[in-house]
Amino acid sequence: MARATKILRNFYRDSVSLMQLSSTFAKLPGVEQASAIMASANNISLLTEAGLLGETIEAGANDLLIALQGDDDALAVAMAAAESAVNQNPPPMSGNGPSSAMAPRSIEMGLGNMVGANLALISTPGEYASAEAFKALRLGLNVMLFSDNVELNDEIALKRFAQDHDLIVMGPDCGTAIINGIPLAFANVVRRGEIGVVAASGTGLQQVTCLIDRWGKGISQAIGTGGHDLHRDVGGISMLQGLKSLAADPSTSVIVLVSKPPSPEVAARVLEVAGSAGKPVVVNFLGADPEGIRRQNVFPARTLEDAAAAAVALADGRRPEEGQPERSPVALFPRLVSGQRYLRGLYSGGTFCYEAALLLKKELGQVYSNTPVDPEDRLNNVWTSKGHTVIDLGDDLFTRGRPHPMIDHRLRNERILKEAGDPEVAVILLDVVLGYGSHPDPASEMAPVIEKAKALAEKAGRHLVVVGFVCGTTLDPQNLSNQEAALQNAGMLLAESNAQAVRLAATVVLGPTTVEGMP
Amino acid sequence: MQTLFQEKLQVLNVGLSSFAESVARAGGTALQIDWAPPAQGDQTVGRELAQLVNLPAVEAANQKAFDAYLSAQPVLRGIGIAGKVLPNMAERMILHGGPPIAWESMCGPMQGAIIGAILYEGWAKNTAGAWALASGGEVVLEPCHHHAAVGPMAGVISPSMPVWMVVDVTHGNQAFSNFNEGIGRVLRFGANSSDVIDRLKWIGQVLGPALRAGVETLGELDLKTLMAQALHMGDEVHNRNVAASSLFLKRLISSLLKTNTPSAEIAAAVDFIAGNDHFFLNLSMTACKAMLDAAHGVPGSSMVTAMARNGVEFGIRVSGTGDQWFTTRAPVVDGLFFPGYTKEDAAPDLGDSAITETAGVGGFAMAASPAIVKFVGGTPQDAIDNTTAMTYITLGRNGAFTLPAMNFAGAPAGIDVRKVVDTGIQPIINTGIAHREAGIGQIGAGITRAPLACFTQAVSALASTMRGSQ
Repeated sequence: MARATKILRNFYRDSVSLMQLSSTFAKLPGVEQASAIMASANNISLLTEAGLLGETIEAGANDLLIALQGDDDALAVAMAAAESAVNQNPPPMSGNGPSSAMAPRSIEMGLGNMVGANLALISTPGEYASAEAFKALRLGLNVMLFSDNVELNDEIALKRFAQDHDLIVMGPDCGTAIINGIPLAFANVVRRGEIGVVAASGTGLQQVTCLIDRWGKGISQAIGTGGHDLHRDVGGISMLQGLKSLAADPSTSVIVLVSKPPSPEVAARVLEVAGSAGKPVVVNFLGADPEGIRRQNVFPARTLEDAAAAAVALADGRRPEEGQPERSPVALFPRLVSGQRYLRGLYSGGTFCYEAALLLKKELGQVYSNTPVDPEDRLNNVWTSKGHTVIDLGDDLFTRGRPHPMIDHRLRNERILKEAGDPEVAVILLDVVLGYGSHPDPASEMAPVIEKAKALAEKAGRHLVVVGFVCGTTLDPQNLSNQEAALQNAGMLLAESNAQAVRLAATVVLGPTTVEGMP
Repeated sequence: MQTLFQEKLQVLNVGLSSFAESVARAGGTALQIDWAPPAQGDQTVGRELAQLVNLPAVEAANQKAFDAYLSAQPVLRGIGIAGKVLPNMAERMILHGGPPIAWESMCGPMQGAIIGAILYEGWAKNTAGAWALASGGEVVLEPCHHHAAVGPMAGVISPSMPVWMVVDVTHGNQAFSNFNEGIGRVLRFGANSSDVIDRLKWIGQVLGPALRAGVETLGELDLKTLMAQALHMGDEVHNRNVAASSLFLKRLISSLLKTNTPSAEIAAAVDFIAGNDHFFLNLSMTACKAMLDAAHGVPGSSMVTAMARNGVEFGIRVSGTGDQWFTTRAPVVDGLFFPGYTKEDAAPDLGDSAITETAGVGGFAMAASPAIVKFVGGTPQDAIDNTTAMTYITLGRNGAFTLPAMNFAGAPAGIDVRKVVDTGIQPIINTGIAHREAGIGQIGAGITRAPLACFTQAVSALASTMRGSQ
């Protein structure tokens, strides 16, 4: 086994491009392990830990480092191929601005080409992101900050500056938003309509907007705030701004708020503003007591699905309680054998995983997770499930040096097969997230594995139930209907929403009658 | 943010390019920024930069500095003797190009030129004696820039040398430079043999007085319009001065003939100027220095007012950070070498002549001078592209210096250290290349770029002054 490295000076590429390059290099003949990274001190130590680097590397954050490991005689050829692959990949240019001799290299320079720009979408590595966001705000742009790992103090400073200048910062760690009908980052293509959403959770926002679309209504604006916005120190600045702007927006008739439970003082402020919005506001604070939320014109929703259903009802002029949409019937006759008793949820969406843990804890008792509702439910070894387990595979633990599970299905597929081989497993619960940014055809990755998993169990004399739901729309590039059909053909029991999928999966473990009380 | 809902969404995408593509596919408008970590990945400076972008105090200061630069009117007023007219020039002082540097650290050509100047002044009888004086600290060595002066290459000015006296009549500030000696074995490339000293003496005794009388007769000569005219004739008035030198001679010749100078001396002076295509360079530099000094010293301004090299370090000065230099190792210029020489023979970048680029001509006005790009094997389109690139790091355009090939747009001027650090676009400089050993002379010419490290230091220093003022 030999190693080879190559440094390309001043050759910055974004992380997605680098992942694509790394996976291309790994397929080169004779190569066992390959990595293309920007040579920051951090990345170099990661590669050294991974055993890809032997010698000391003299390079910096703007230098591209290629590291290969493999057969001694193949490496030189592989490195040459890798280098030419890098050079074939100039940074793509897209846009409708007037052409210039040079692609814009800074936000300010970009403004020269796009004079009417009104939003900066920032997804640089986290350590540079707040500086870019500050520049954008100082130049009068609203900001969507997709990057994570931004310090809380920076978030507070950015949001206060934005507030003082009548701008908004969506994020940091804001995965999705829909502004003026345009999906941003990991968003779905939903029809336009009268329901406005402000959400501190990306997948929460996707679930609510997709269900609203599925049930025939549309979205006016969907504003992401990032997960820390309702932290006491941030004070819900972005959620309050979003809420107020939707209250003032004549195109919005119903507002939905989605978040984990905020700190009490922030919750009080948000609910106070919601109560005086002058239009109905549906509030889903995941896991919070509905009675603490309920007031004039403010409607609590316990699940994301309930929030979407309530919004649709209110948009039709009905009270939410009267307007629950038809639930898919629970008609399950699983042929479980004795010993098959556990549920394993393998999630790509963090909020879905959290919602599942919340709902299942009430019914199944202890449910282990890497993102548990209660600390005592923490799964210590995330690579091996025990009892009822729901795992968020989008957790940093799993994504370090690897694409997100919504893009790269390999890790989850391996885990599905591992769970299928466990004689105690009765049901596997999966989410499938569509939209821009996600895998172009998730069903094509998942269907064969679902079939294989079921066959594996069948061979061992068991019947494995696979339950799932697709979060998406028919307008998404992947097309909701096509994806659902392909997954159903592979044997997935389909639900419309996460909450329904969770109920279905719980039914498998408990039997149909015991889950009546679940929302 | 309420207004955002009423507008068409237009997105600047910084980071993952797939996000821009999906916005476009969904029918929106997005422009991808070709982003790399600013400030060479230095996060501290990157954050300091972010606090300076579009900061009202800096914008106002830049407006003031840039307006002063634009309104400056450099005119040639006369010819003086360095020791008498340069501010703070001491008796045993020699000025040099670039940022400050100690004798023992100087490059070969600069040491050679200082030895030559000592011999020219007669402070020592021979090279060994001159060397002893210089290394013994008995001659004070200071940058030209500290005395309102500029000099190409080694940039050496000693007290008895004749100097151009340029005045910015708008603001009253003065600027100075020595005389251009021509090419080949010359002092500015470190040559100090007797023929070099003899030529300097002829310049001091014959050329200087002849031209002084001529300029006196002429009254004054507007350098800005002469430079503007030369830009329309294929010069960029840094590395190509053929047209400007010819125009200068044309303006002066009648006045020269009206003086009492013996006709043989006038003829010798005219022959000397006509035989030196770079004769105007020192005047171009002096005019640029005068325009930029008018812009210097505005608190908060991020405008560069000098770029200069001493053959070891590259340094810049910024309007809002006073007399501080921001320096880093000078690059070796890649370009076209005269037969028999290669990059191995080259001294690192040298001289004050990058003052021209700082003032929006030279490399910044390359579109005016397509002939220049042949130094790097480029095309006329490259010349236009180079000028265009400079518009992204400058405060504005100088309407006095128009560029025919770019539909008579003004040359980009007023380098903004913030923009350089934010975009990573380095100021372009057209320059001659000196041999690294003293006295061999020019061995080529080419195009180089100001190193980013100077600009990141300047951003950091400016950020400190802004924090102090708040």
